Amino acid sequence: MLTSILIFLPIAGALFVWIVPWPTPRAAGGAALLVALAELIVWVNRTLNFDYGNPGLQDEASHSWFSDLGVSYTVGLFDFSLWLVGLTVVVTTAAVAYGFWSGRERLGVYLGLLLFLEGATVGVFAAQDLLLFYVFWEAMMIPLYILIGVWGGPGRVGATIKFVIYTLAGSLLMLVSVIALGLSAGTFDMREIGESSSTWIFLGFAAAFAVKAPIWPFHGWLPDTYRESPAEVSAILSGVISKAATYGFLRIGLVFFPSVVADWRTVILVLATIGLVYGSLLAFRAPDIRGVIAYSSLAQVNLIVIGLFAVNDSGLSGALLQMVTHGLVSAVLFLLAGAVERRAATGDLSRLGGMARGRPILATTLITAGVIALAVPGSSVFAGEFLILNGIFTRGWGWAVAGAVAIVLAAMYMLRLISAVLHRDPGPAVTDAALDLRPAEISVIVPLVTVLLALSFWPAAITDHSFGGRPADSLGSRFEAAP
Amino acid sequence: MTKFPTPSIDWAALSPELILLGGAAVCLLVPLFLPHAWRRHFCAFVSILSFVGAGAAAIALFQMDETATAIVADAINRDRLAELAQVLIAGSGLLAVGVSYAYVLRERMGEYYTLLLAASAGMCFFVAANNLMTMFLGLEWFSISLYILCAIAIEEPVSLEAGLKYLIVGSFGSAILLFGSAFVYGATGAIGFADIAAASGDADQLFLVTGLAMIIVGLGFKASAAPFHMWTPDVYQGAPTPVTAFMSAATKIAALVLTMRLLVTAFPSEENLWTISLAVIVCISLAWGNLGALVQTDVKRMLAYSSISHAGFLLMPIAVASPLGGRALMYYLISYAAMSIGAFAIVAARERELARPVTLDGMAGMGWERPGMGAAMTLFMFGFIGLPPAGLFIGKFYAFSAAVDRGWAWLAVVGAIATVVSIYYYLGVVRAMYFQPAAVGVASAGGSPSRELALGTSVLLAVVVTIGSFVAAQPLLDIATDAVSVLSFPH
Repeated sequence: MLTSILIFLPIAGALFVWIVPWPTPRAAGGAALLVALAELIVWVNRTLNFDYGNPGLQDEASHSWFSDLGVSYTVGLFDFSLWLVGLTVVVTTAAVAYGFWSGRERLGVYLGLLLFLEGATVGVFAAQDLLLFYVFWEAMMIPLYILIGVWGGPGRVGATIKFVIYTLAGSLLMLVSVIALGLSAGTFDMREIGESSSTWIFLGFAAAFAVKAPIWPFHGWLPDTYRESPAEVSAILSGVISKAATYGFLRIGLVFFPSVVADWRTVILVLATIGLVYGSLLAFRAPDIRGVIAYSSLAQVNLIVIGLFAVNDSGLSGALLQMVTHGLVSAVLFLLAGAVERRAATGDLSRLGGMARGRPILATTLITAGVIALAVPGSSVFAGEFLILNGIFTRGWGWAVAGAVAIVLAAMYMLRLISAVLHRDPGPAVTDAALDLRPAEISVIVPLVTVLLALSFWPAAITDHSFGGRPADSLGSRFEAAP
Repeated sequence: MTKFPTPSIDWAALSPELILLGGAAVCLLVPLFLPHAWRRHFCAFVSILSFVGAGAAAIALFQMDETATAIVADAINRDRLAELAQVLIAGSGLLAVGVSYAYVLRERMGEYYTLLLAASAGMCFFVAANNLMTMFLGLEWFSISLYILCAIAIEEPVSLEAGLKYLIVGSFGSAILLFGSAFVYGATGAIGFADIAAASGDADQLFLVTGLAMIIVGLGFKASAAPFHMWTPDVYQGAPTPVTAFMSAATKIAALVLTMRLLVTAFPSEENLWTISLAVIVCISLAWGNLGALVQTDVKRMLAYSSISHAGFLLMPIAVASPLGGRALMYYLISYAAMSIGAFAIVAARERELARPVTLDGMAGMGWERPGMGAAMTLFMFGFIGLPPAGLFIGKFYAFSAAVDRGWAWLAVVGAIATVVSIYYYLGVVRAMYFQPAAVGVASAGGSPSRELALGTSVLLAVVVTIGSFVAAQPLLDIATDAVSVLSFPH
């Protein structure tokens, strides 16, 4: 029941915001913000009452949908999916608040779409039926398409076409795989589907996840989409939606296809390692703020995939921690990029600079987020990357070396970003009229940074409260033992 | 006086057709005695009553007929498959009346509704056919009504052109169907569907297979499956939009249900031939329809190509020839019919607003000007792609499942690829409605348009069916299962 509330509260809220004839756009926006906060409270309440020692599914709800093929509405939360739901809820609340205060046109429609997207994403993390998972997966696409197409930057039309065709090409192959896996198992209930050794079915799923994450070389849609989206939507895209794909690898790829994963591990690790290094290098060369964050996001998601495909406790814990922390970091960075772009009317690094002087709060938050993102020891990102590298080291030291190189590159591109925006002489686009972060922006960004700092002090909040203590327990003993 | 033997006639089983024909007669004759201003309202009212009555009669028959029977000297089937198709045709007609209500032809409203009802009656007769003769009669009955309907706006050359083109190409298709039927009759000596199957063992295989091929071609014309689709874009574009809305849904229902019934009942032993031929037609339709739609700027023409591609998706479960496929077809038709009429209804509304044909640019800004219509059109476009929350999503899922279940996963992959291509043009409409500002000169022709209550109701009903068939999939699938249980599929 609670899981269904987490899914449908935002969707019902979106319909509420759309249908009621609000007197002013602010009123509609305020209603949307209240819905987002209510969802946050529901999630926090759930987190406090969750049974973390229990590796099984909690808050299950199951109703038959159409019985002849064994499709049902089945939802529930594992302890690790709870954290991803939390990421969705926190980042969406921040995005809704940021959108509310930045006063988008047609505010009610805009924030309603964000809420709808939130519900669909929570649904992806909570669905325990393959077709239901697919329904929510596709339902994420619809609001994203409209959000980017209506409120995006000048190149938005091309960006949406690329984005939609890339992602749907992947996900329709997944549909064929969903059907093949469900029919061969005789049910679509993910709690009952056994292991499959079909390479083709696995590759269909992998296509969808590889495009959505994205893994190199399926990232063609990423730079345009992250650049042209509104800042809040970019924050959600890179922070949350990409995690839906890595979650898919975890919940479907690793659980249902252990033998295929073992065969294909090297291929996927090679692609992800290339993506990690390639993304880091492009982030270093990107000419604008969004470009740096977009490519760094590509690199980080590939690192998460490396952690997952280490398929051992350390790699999985690291990947989960990294999903949450990277989600928060990139959300903060994209929101800050939006704040900088509002002030300078450009994200071009060559026209920025010197923004630290007279703008202490902007400088402090950007440096804090940037330093966490470059995995300074002691940060939560460092904890995640350490666990991932530790996990992958047992598969071969070469992977770990590539990963370590990428961490160095991360320091290079992040410091370049910080210095290009904050330090040096003021750029031509930076005028004295560009103010420091306003209270409204502070009230969105500072809490996110605080959560990041808290996770840096206590990463065990997630690692000790997921996978029921050990991955092998929570996913049904289906993982091979670490060598 | 010689006593001429007549078959006993089960009038109750023919009640949907009879109600529709009765309504048609009333619409033709009574308005002559009414003041001019009343005629349009009167005919629309009679049409609504007739469609509701026919639908109710078909539902009642569906409830009664747990076992299938052949009536009128085995010429007509009284079974749930026919009755479900009749309900869908009556429903399509009902929605089409809403779309047509604000469509004004000065002198010919009586004839318009008469033909609409007559065409529906013909389709109801056609889907129940049990031999080649009733099949051909039904086909000509509804086709001739539609030929005239397409050309009914005689002031407009495009409408006349559409009617003429449909007449010529459609007659060609009918002739091929008739010729094929003659071959089959020549080979087997039987016209009853079941009799053909029984006699096919001793039949001359060359004639039988030639006849079968020609029948598939003839029915392919009606279903507008490629490569027999040439008439579709021109006719859909040229015909008055309410007529297109009705045709796109009802003709597909009739043609596809009969195709499935005929192939499964009359040609079970040639199953290895027609399944693979249909699979090829599926692939051609998907390729041609989707690629053709990519380059269209006229929305009606684009939807016509989309209907060709959906003919491909709808033939897929027939090609599979399994009970799962039959269920998929019937379920798919429910949401497809609703969405197709809804989409054309919105085009009709926009057409009246702009007073000229609707291009993609003509849709610009519509999403913000008309939030309800825009949201509905967005739902239909995402639904045509096969995204939730439209029932077509489950329809596609079932069609693909049927293909995978048969061992034809490749056909499902072809369907998935075709769907990827279709994204571009379906979202083109959404893009125009929301992303483009309304261009200068696209503003309404005559100030604020009147609220079209009837059309809005039709769109709302289409939305309800579209979403309702997604949420309440199980009851509808049960009905579809009951309907196709009368056929014994080869797989």
